Amino acid sequence: MRDFVYHRPTSLDEARQLAVDEGAMLLAGGQTLLRNMKHGRHSPASLVDITGVVPRQIERRDDAVSIGAGATHAEVASSATLRRHLPVLADLVAHIGDPAVRNRGTLGGTLAANEPAGDYPAACLALGAAIHTTGRTVAASEFFVGDRRTVLEAGEIVIGATFPITGRAAYVKFLNPAARYAMVGVFAALASDGSPRVAVTGARTNGAFRWGEAESALGAAFTPEGLNGARLSLEGLMEDLFADTAYRAHLVGVLARRAVALAAGPAPGVVVLSHGSRIRPEAAA
Amino acid sequence: MPEVSMSVNGRAVRGVVEGRTMLVDFLREGLLLTGTHVGCDTTQCGACIVHVNGLPMKSCTMLALQCEGADVTTIEGLAAHGAPLHPMQAAFREHHALQCGYCTSGMVMMAVDIARRVAEPDEATIREELKGNICRCTGYHHIVDAVGAGAKAMAVSQT
Repeated sequence: MRDFVYHRPTSLDEARQLAVDEGAMLLAGGQTLLRNMKHGRHSPASLVDITGVVPRQIERRDDAVSIGAGATHAEVASSATLRRHLPVLADLVAHIGDPAVRNRGTLGGTLAANEPAGDYPAACLALGAAIHTTGRTVAASEFFVGDRRTVLEAGEIVIGATFPITGRAAYVKFLNPAARYAMVGVFAALASDGSPRVAVTGARTNGAFRWGEAESALGAAFTPEGLNGARLSLEGLMEDLFADTAYRAHLVGVLARRAVALAAGPAPGVVVLSHGSRIRPEAAA
Repeated sequence: MPEVSMSVNGRAVRGVVEGRTMLVDFLREGLLLTGTHVGCDTTQCGACIVHVNGLPMKSCTMLALQCEGADVTTIEGLAAHGAPLHPMQAAFREHHALQCGYCTSGMVMMAVDIARRVAEPDEATIREELKGNICRCTGYHHIVDAVGAGAKAMAVSQT
């Protein structure tokens, strides 16, 4: 890794200024950025550590829960506010990485990194989150724009996100057998206005996306059977050692039906599957 | 070059580092605390886990400069040299929870945290919580036994 100048600003304004003036990269928990720098994917001349200047509170605001960008995954997973009002999100975050990674990784860093197999982007898309930056508020559907890309501009810092509360939401992911990130993850939710949303992660090289055909199919009835005719196009799907495009597309369909069944059922939440998972026959979709 | 100061195993330390110096390199090469290991260097294997302000973190993926003013505990800080082992270390020895020993310091540091967070962790919990610690020798079975026994011993000795 090339050396760089490390800055620890004492205010958001100072952080923005440093990022603009020096073309610095912003460092939050570093669980994605530092690894990418080791791999030579980025070689910034300077890093601006924003962990001390972004908010990290988690609080209920009207019909939503707002999470500060600096909240670590461990803090989000154990938040009493989230456990009470949006437990599916706390559960999803409790399955990101591992306990040591969750003590470092943050909401803001994860959203800005937009890793193609990230869990948070799927949650943001399916729950209809609003992402707040130092300059504006952006709907999640506008925020993520491609492989590890977002609309963030130089010096623009994520300060938090607001997630509308719904009790009808579930996330089902199937783990990569080696690295244990989502080989495919599907988040299904029924918003409070009755509109269904289905977000998929780990499947496309361009990152998490909303599966429009599935959402249309669920418009009539939010049931797993409603998805029986929905087929995901193979175009743009990831292909690697572990899954070709056809298998990934198949997984998306299976996991989407399971996520909808879970979200519509008596105990919505998160299910993590892997090779060898034992599934009760009646739960198989 | 920038300076960093922190507390490591209760001792105030200070050193000159580069921006890119990872905490694990500062510990091993700056302070000669070589009990903390680098396995994968990509945040997956957990051999480098230390406690920073009481929480387990992967020291290969945090900058030394990010630990300015922090309170760091490494495997060397669990029990003084020559003193009786920490209950979790003793449990690892008792249950033969290591073969080559490369992953062990990270395993023990993670296990101490598991025991602090979860009262009487069961096997499934221990296996889930050890997701970020990789061992290529043991097959994990004895490690899981050791973590359970160590957690019980810690509850008794209030460590």
